[in-house]
Amino acid sequence: MSMIEFHNVNKWYGDFHVLKDINESVESGEVLVICGPSGSGKSTLIRCVNRLEEYQKGHILIEGRDLHGDDVNVNELRSEIGIVFQQFNLYPHLSVLKNITLAPIKVRKTPKKDAEEMAMQLLERVGIHSQATKYPAELSGGQQQRVAIARALAMKPKIMLFDEPTSALDPEMINEVLNVMKDLAREGMTMLCVTHEMGFAREVADRVVFMDFGEILEQAPPDEFFRNPKHERTKLFLKEIL
Amino acid sequence: MHWDVVWNNFEYFLIGAFPEGPLGGLAMSILLALGGIFGAFWLGLAAGLMRISKRRMVRLPAIIYIEIIRGTPLLMLIFWFYFLAPILLGQAMPEAQCALVALIIFTGAYIAEIVRAGVEALPKGQMEAARGTGLSRFQAQVYIILPQALFNMIPSFVNQFVSLTKDTSLAFIIGVNELTKAATQVNNRTLTSPTEIFITIAVLYFIVCYLLTEFSRKLEKRINRYQARTR
Ligand SMILES: Nc1ncnc2c1ncn2[C@@H]1O[C@H](COP(=O)(O)OP(=O)(O)O)[C@@H](O)[C@H]1O
Ligand SMILES: [Mg+2]
Repeated sequence: MSMIEFHNVNKWYGDFHVLKDINESVESGEVLVICGPSGSGKSTLIRCVNRLEEYQKGHILIEGRDLHGDDVNVNELRSEIGIVFQQFNLYPHLSVLKNITLAPIKVRKTPKKDAEEMAMQLLERVGIHSQATKYPAELSGGQQQRVAIARALAMKPKIMLFDEPTSALDPEMINEVLNVMKDLAREGMTMLCVTHEMGFAREVADRVVFMDFGEILEQAPPDEFFRNPKHERTKLFLKEIL
Repeated sequence: MHWDVVWNNFEYFLIGAFPEGPLGGLAMSILLALGGIFGAFWLGLAAGLMRISKRRMVRLPAIIYIEIIRGTPLLMLIFWFYFLAPILLGQAMPEAQCALVALIIFTGAYIAEIVRAGVEALPKGQMEAARGTGLSRFQAQVYIILPQALFNMIPSFVNQFVSLTKDTSLAFIIGVNELTKAATQVNNRTLTSPTEIFITIAVLYFIVCYLLTEFSRKLEKRINRYQARTR
């Protein structure tokens, strides 16, 4: 059984057809990089996976269960799928530690002490355990994004979604975030990454997917994708970003 | 100038005939203001959150309440409760209670709009991040949205509460023993020093409103120290 399956997923914003017949399946432990021009529907696609966006037609299955099945509790579902945003979206009024422990304590009912211990381990894993008592605005962009990743990991998700996690970062901070993501990928996390970091794609992606105008135009393992793109629009896109 | 009239009646301005008779004067004004602030805050918070609900049946009553009240003068509301209470309740409500209910319902509508605007002004990403980790909508409101939004709303709340404090003077029209009524009583009795009396009253209102503003400034700074080393 695949971790994620998309079956004919279609979505409209009013008249605007933003996702067109998306069919795709992602295996457990697979790392998928999604790229494509701005406005092509990449964010919309991954946000459908944890139901931050609704779709009007088709089905998405997580380990065989329909996202919109009657037996699905949306909060439980979301707690098993981590998401990391371009703008970090850390809670500015809470310390780094509280940013991470809030959901485990409130959703999973983890005792506070255990949650804090786990948070410290996660902070160590992303390399910023000395910043636990600080507030988000006291951290650099790269550190904030690593806290955001730790916050998502604190729920022990089966799937991690990344929506352009390095696009808002100064160039010198991009690698510290990518390195955390690479570690995650090597540890076997199932990941959907919207990113234009092609070095990252080459190194850890199992497949690269190219989207344009709401469609998946082509997809291939990174080697083949970069060496031998088939579609004209893919070639054009690659020429622009490489 | 006849300031002796003011000094002779100063205690009456402050607490009315209390403790021999009923409480009045400035003390009653402050009670009305505090009760009004407390009631209006919770009513406004509830109405404001209902106003932004996704469910129409929750939203609609809040919209109707807010729009009707914002189009009604406070004085009219005070009269309504004063004249309608006996009809609706079968017995007269004490004047001070009528005034308090009117103040709460009136100010609550404005608080509700402040709450709505404050919540909507937060970046959408805050709610999405919270929901994304599995928090329910309610939990996200309580732990993520409201602490930030309420903090940002403090200056608007204080404006509204200062207005409310001044509006307690309207309670005089239905005979509530508060500061303005105390002033008119003394003035009608003595007839010699309206200027002195009403200057005194104005200063008293000013002091209360000033203290309220100062208190909120302190509060804001304190919360700032705790939570927002960030801004
Ligand atoms: N809430 C919305 N309402 C209407 N149109 C939207 C909304 N969100 C996104 N869109 C449109 O949908 C398209 C795809 O958006 P998005 O998924 O964010 O693209 P990408 O992430 O690939 O840049 C864009 O053209 C965008 O303008
Ligand atoms: Mg996007």
